Amino acid sequence: MLAMTETIATDVAIVGGGPAGIAAALVLRGRGVGRVTILEREADVGGVPRHCGHPPFGMREFGRVLTGPAYAQRLAEAARQAGVEIRTGLSVTALRPGARLDAMCAAGPVEIVAGRVILATGARESSRAARLISGDRPVGVITTGTLQHEVHIEKMLPFRRPVIVGTELVSLSAVATCRKAGIRPVAVIEAADRPTARRPLDLFPRLLGIPMHYRATIAEIRGRGRVEAIAIRLADGSMRELACDGVLLTGRFTPEAALVRPSHLVLDDGSGGPAIDQFGRCSDPSYFAAGNLLRPIETAGWSYREGARIGAMVADDLAGTLPPYVTTTTIVRGANVKLVVPQRLSASGHTGSLDSLQIRVDAATTGPLVARDGSQVLWCRHGRLLPERRILIPLSALQGPRAAGGTIIIEAAGSGSG
Amino acid sequence: MPDGDLFDVAVVGGGVVGCAVARRFTLDGARTVLLERGADILSGASKANSALLHTGFDAPPASLEVACMQAGYREYLEIRERLNLPLLETGAMVVAWNEADRERLNAIEAQARQNGVDDVRRLTPAEVLAREPHLAPDTRGALLVPGEHVIDPWSAPLAYLTQAVENGARAVFGAEVTGGSFDGSEWALQTSKGPVRTGLVVNCAGLFGDILEQRLLGSAGFTIKPRKGQFVVFDKAAAAFLRTIILPVPNERTKGVVLTRTIFGNVLVGPTAEEQDDRDHAGVDEAVLRTLIAKAVAMVPALAGMPVTAVYAGLRPASERKEYRVSADAERRWISVGGIRSTGLTAALGLAAHVARLHADMKQKKDLQPLKNPVWPRMTNLAEHLERDWQKPDHGDIVCHCELVTRREIEAALNGPLPAGDVGGLKRRTRAGMGRCQGFYCQARVAALSEGRLADPLAVDACHD
Ligand SMILES: Cc1cc2nc3c(=O)[nH]c(=O)nc-3n(C[C@H](O)[C@H](O)[C@H](O)COP(=O)(O)OP(=O)(O)OC[C@H]3O[C@@H](n4cnc5c(N)ncnc54)[C@H](O)[C@@H]3O)c2cc1C
Ligand SMILES: Cc1cc2nc3c(=O)[nH]c(=O)nc-3n(C[C@H](O)[C@H](O)[C@H](O)COP(=O)(O)OP(=O)(O)OC[C@H]3O[C@@H](n4cnc5c(N)ncnc54)[C@H](O)[C@@H]3O)c2cc1C
Repeated sequence: MLAMTETIATDVAIVGGGPAGIAAALVLRGRGVGRVTILEREADVGGVPRHCGHPPFGMREFGRVLTGPAYAQRLAEAARQAGVEIRTGLSVTALRPGARLDAMCAAGPVEIVAGRVILATGARESSRAARLISGDRPVGVITTGTLQHEVHIEKMLPFRRPVIVGTELVSLSAVATCRKAGIRPVAVIEAADRPTARRPLDLFPRLLGIPMHYRATIAEIRGRGRVEAIAIRLADGSMRELACDGVLLTGRFTPEAALVRPSHLVLDDGSGGPAIDQFGRCSDPSYFAAGNLLRPIETAGWSYREGARIGAMVADDLAGTLPPYVTTTTIVRGANVKLVVPQRLSASGHTGSLDSLQIRVDAATTGPLVARDGSQVLWCRHGRLLPERRILIPLSALQGPRAAGGTIIIEAAGSGSG
Repeated sequence: MPDGDLFDVAVVGGGVVGCAVARRFTLDGARTVLLERGADILSGASKANSALLHTGFDAPPASLEVACMQAGYREYLEIRERLNLPLLETGAMVVAWNEADRERLNAIEAQARQNGVDDVRRLTPAEVLAREPHLAPDTRGALLVPGEHVIDPWSAPLAYLTQAVENGARAVFGAEVTGGSFDGSEWALQTSKGPVRTGLVVNCAGLFGDILEQRLLGSAGFTIKPRKGQFVVFDKAAAAFLRTIILPVPNERTKGVVLTRTIFGNVLVGPTAEEQDDRDHAGVDEAVLRTLIAKAVAMVPALAGMPVTAVYAGLRPASERKEYRVSADAERRWISVGGIRSTGLTAALGLAAHVARLHADMKQKKDLQPLKNPVWPRMTNLAEHLERDWQKPDHGDIVCHCELVTRREIEAALNGPLPAGDVGGLKRRTRAGMGRCQGFYCQARVAALSEGRLADPLAVDACHD
């Protein structure tokens, strides 16, 4: 190993220059924090919106509808004007206890010594391998993120006639990107009996004349060099072969927690991101986290607002006004609950914390979603629960006086799916 | 194709065996050509294996296989520093999970000693767990084989053929040998890249070795029976739970599933053993992958819920017999290196030396003069535990963030004496796209950097939007 070539000392180091990271940086600068440094491994800040070549972005932040790239540019510009220090082409490689980071740039290794760190590394779609899809492993199986990057930034076409898998909101972006680039999808397939993102995905592909297959799963990808076909299993159990030159896997997001997993920070299996308290603090309280790293997946606008909130809490922490880091309550996932963020509550009574628990369920059910402490029901809501919908439980409902070390269970013990 | 050139040796097949054979003949002074039908080396069995450098402790005693494995093992250790080839010294434990397993360990230990692997040692359950604290606690003991190690399965064959090429050999890709005739003194081979004249043919066609014999000799001395092995590769976080290679106690039916770190810092579980007729397709199957994951979790419970980074499958070029099918036909100036089923990565250098001896035993027109001062090319290190390019200055920038692959590495892999010929070849030379995100972040850039350079490219066209 070479000696460290460079040390960056900063009050707050923000890993990831997407909407969440930039929003946090803006608030911190606004609160008078001297050195706020964004560490971004790509050539530009802006995050995923840089290659979402379509609207709508920025309605709340900038009061107008922008395309992803225009929104990303606005964010970058705002950060520069606010005096945020921006280091691009710098890849953070390890998290060390006490807000110290290892990183790498073209010139060599970099060490970052910060007062606080905010992790805002975003989320990505699951790969073909992580989905354990059967069949050959030819060229041409990609995700929406790669498609958009390839089309909008590199100006290249990864395929001409793909099959699109999934009907999440991002699948709509995928269809739009294909259309703009002159790519003609052969079909959209979805394992459920309805689109995950209800509107406008139930209409959109049809309008474009793309066949939709519900209750259809990939049986196998076929092809030696490049994708030649996929075999799908239809609702009635029959098989069908679709000739195509690519497979576009959309959605099934997972937090980009590559730095967290091998680090000293506690990772939450439900969300796939770092476990936090309601102030965004990780298990090492010199680390905070914000944006889609916290859970799959919210919009850019949500991530931006969350980043701003967490930025404010970091400013409070630097000013010494954040409640001490003591877990008083652990939030536990019960039946049919996929994820809960935050996973811990520190002492209550501070305004400006995240104001709700974010919940997602595993499967569609009808019935109550309950938050309880032992047998005491703290919060309850009846109705339909859908896996793609975020459900919010106000923290105020949970923060009655309770013994330290308490546990709140969230469960959706309702019945039936479909 | 250089019309008219007469080669001393044509090696058919650029798997690990062909690459090692081409190196041996070149260093021995033969004018050598390697003919590979794929766009790159490692287009067959050699692209997907467990990447273990075996001691031969459990190989058939007194067989050609064990002899070649042990010679190959020794030569790898001898030459690896000069070629900059990595070694992850892990050792292996053959772990008994029940009483029947435990009893079988006696025979395995005896076989190891018979094969000259004398440093094996029995471990009590407590010793096993002291060595591997994350292993499921219900082990009944193990046989420790300290010499079993992990290597980079791709840089080794690339190094062998690079050394051959840098010392004058030719390597031709997209050159399928489709026929040929022997006129009593030389072979005229037909290939999809034109004719080739050679004094000797070495058949290293792996999964197609018998077909090559049929095409050129009229009949085949063996029949290939492909045997597929599927694998699951876990996230690098899994490497914290394992040091030693965990081998199962083999039973009559199968050698069983291995759990091991890879040299790139992941953990892999596999392979399966599935007979099939197809020689081209090594598909993965979700249900099988799930059973592999379950087996890994049974061995190391902490792997439960561990993200899967990659899945793959390889085909072993097994034959109808459980042995290597190596033969020499002095009359027809032909050597076959067939049926190199499940130990060829280890045995390749030993097989190459064996082939050179078989050749030396044939009546020669002229004696070969070994090269006096051969070039020793140095490979790019991709092993996680050794210094990588990203840790050195002026690497351009990082293109693949998961595997920290630099632009300089990608450019080098696309140039150089043996440039990557397809997407798989580029991945194997650099690891770009082989990490956690499987190309989500980097594939677009890799597509741009490799534009116009690869067969079956990542991008099919430019986009005019
Ligand atoms: C394909 C796709 C399409 C989408 N379409 C829409 C849409 O149409 N509308 C919408 O509202 N939302 C959309 N989203 C969601 C959108 O990504 C998020 O809303 C938003 O970008 C999340 O912001 P973030 O700051 O959390 O993460 P990101 O925008 O992902 O930013 C994370 C940043 O961290 C950087 N980073 C990661 N690791 C490191 C490291 N180790 N060192 C340095 N830097 C690092 C990354 O390079 C990236 O710039 C889409 C997402 C994807 C993947
Ligand atoms: C699942 C699995 C796990 C394994 N694990 C290990 C391990 O841990 N350690 C170990 O030592 N070994 C291992 N092996 C074994 C090892 O991978 C094989 O023994 C080895 O790859 C065989 O190499 P080969 O060169 O003989 O064949 P191949 O790699 O198949 O090479 C033959 C080449 O010839 C080319 N070819 C075929 N026909 C023609 C033609 N007519 N003209 C031109 N070119 C042609 C093909 O394209 C191919 O590239 C494993 C194998 C598998 C499948």
